[in-house]
Amino acid sequence: MALAHGPTIRLLPRIVQENEFFWTSGSDGRLRFLRCRQCSTYVHPPAPRCPECLSEDVSPEVVSGRATVVAYTVNVQQWIPGSDPYLIGLVAIDEQESVRLTTNLVEVEPEEVRNGMAVEVVFEHHDDVYLPLFRPVATGTGTS
Amino acid sequence: MSPSSEPPLERRAIISGIGQSAVGRHLGRTDLDLTLEACLAAVADAGLTRDDIDGLATYPGMGTGTPGFAGPTTPEVQDALRLRLDWHDGGGEGPGQMRALIAACLAVAAGLARHVLVYRTVSESTAQGSGGRQGIGGGGGGGGGVPRFSGFLQWTLPFGAVSAVNWIALVAQRRMHEFGLTREQLAQIALNARRNAAANPAAVYRDPMGLSDYLGARMISTPLCLFDCDAPSDGSTAFVVSHRDYAVDTPRPACHVNAVGTALRGRPSWDQFDDPTTMAARDAAASMWERTELQPSDVDVAQLYDGFSILTMVWLEALGFCGRGESGAFVEDGVAIGPHGVLPLNTAGGQLSGGRLHGFGLIHEACVQLRGEGGERQVLRRGGSLPEVAAVSNGGGPIAGTLLLTRGAG
Repeated sequence: MALAHGPTIRLLPRIVQENEFFWTSGSDGRLRFLRCRQCSTYVHPPAPRCPECLSEDVSPEVVSGRATVVAYTVNVQQWIPGSDPYLIGLVAIDEQESVRLTTNLVEVEPEEVRNGMAVEVVFEHHDDVYLPLFRPVATGTGTS
Repeated sequence: MSPSSEPPLERRAIISGIGQSAVGRHLGRTDLDLTLEACLAAVADAGLTRDDIDGLATYPGMGTGTPGFAGPTTPEVQDALRLRLDWHDGGGEGPGQMRALIAACLAVAAGLARHVLVYRTVSESTAQGSGGRQGIGGGGGGGGGVPRFSGFLQWTLPFGAVSAVNWIALVAQRRMHEFGLTREQLAQIALNARRNAAANPAAVYRDPMGLSDYLGARMISTPLCLFDCDAPSDGSTAFVVSHRDYAVDTPRPACHVNAVGTALRGRPSWDQFDDPTTMAARDAAASMWERTELQPSDVDVAQLYDGFSILTMVWLEALGFCGRGESGAFVEDGVAIGPHGVLPLNTAGGQLSGGRLHGFGLIHEACVQLRGEGGERQVLRRGGSLPEVAAVSNGGGPIAGTLLLTRGAG
């Protein structure tokens, strides 16, 4: 079957001060998360304080863009008319396993996806939003 | 429960009356119409009149979700019945759909009300018309008028994860990876529901279904197929929750609340919860067993949430009816969860075949079974006596509540 990157229409986030850094991060090709300057915890979704140490000293920081597939599903139902099946993935970022993103897995066939597979971010640009999608890490450059 | 502690306050509550409207697909009736039918049935069943009702509660209350999801608000029902209330509550945040019933238990325990009418109404089948089931985002649209999304939905909708089935399919896939769960095992939840629905005249899907039907059904979001999803339906379910002092006067046997489970100890998130194979069911179930001397082995009949089949598997483990990761083997041949098994499950057909009454149908069936009113589908203990203990669960993902009911006082 033809596999799409996602639905035919991307429903987009409403950009506000709190989430702007995240959804526009891909403009320079790099993924960012809030990080606590006191205890180094990555904070996601964005919040005004570190939920671990309650410090207010949190700010966006570039991460590697590498992640691991926790789970995946091929969506077949056409919630949005005209959509071909697409892969939805749940990935955990390499820097902190507890930080996960729901995303699309792209440049990979469903039968090739594995739990624990190393993936890397690739952005898809829509209006003012850069959606972080993930593709398999090229062979030979896998993460440790 | 430690021996020195006082009995949990919810044990002061009973379900004194139950009622259900017509249940079906595309009934074409308003949600208030369905609600009044169920509520008046419950009040009469409790041996009361509307003048006795001094409390009112519902889930999820005002303006929530896709069309047909929320049902009428408590002000609408209060006014339609001209109730004079000492306590009222409607809301969507809390331990699952049963949060309204749990709140009612606490209200009668605290003396805020004596007889609380609790209802949950859905008219999703009529509201969706012939347009099919909608995703959370409402199915999109085109051009510049497409809305933007905030809150949790901003993290899923952009990626086409627009329905709970997508989020829960990830749970199912992860369980297949970690525990070796198979589609044939998962099918047993749907097949058991369909077999039981055949003995429930009110169920929406009663035609026989076999494993090949299940395996041949179209995929929705792998590994979940059409028959892993409940059926959008129209219907209202209502209860009267009373103080246990009233138990001696109920026309029908009172169902005593033994314990409720309300905990949410992990992160309240579909995709950030620490263990994607369990989620909030783990916490709610654990907190219920902390509040009772009863054990999983004491449960005679279980009505476990099956908005999606995989959720029932999660609940079987969370409630301790089998070990972690062992629900596939537990349900494998369908015997253990069948009417004569060690744990008769979803005896009215659950939501998968009975109809999506969104949690409250399961509570209703627990009461039917404890009261011995199951007719052709009545479950009996070994030796032929009526069930004494029923377990109910509502919810999936970060939403979970549990309830333990007994036929006699705890």
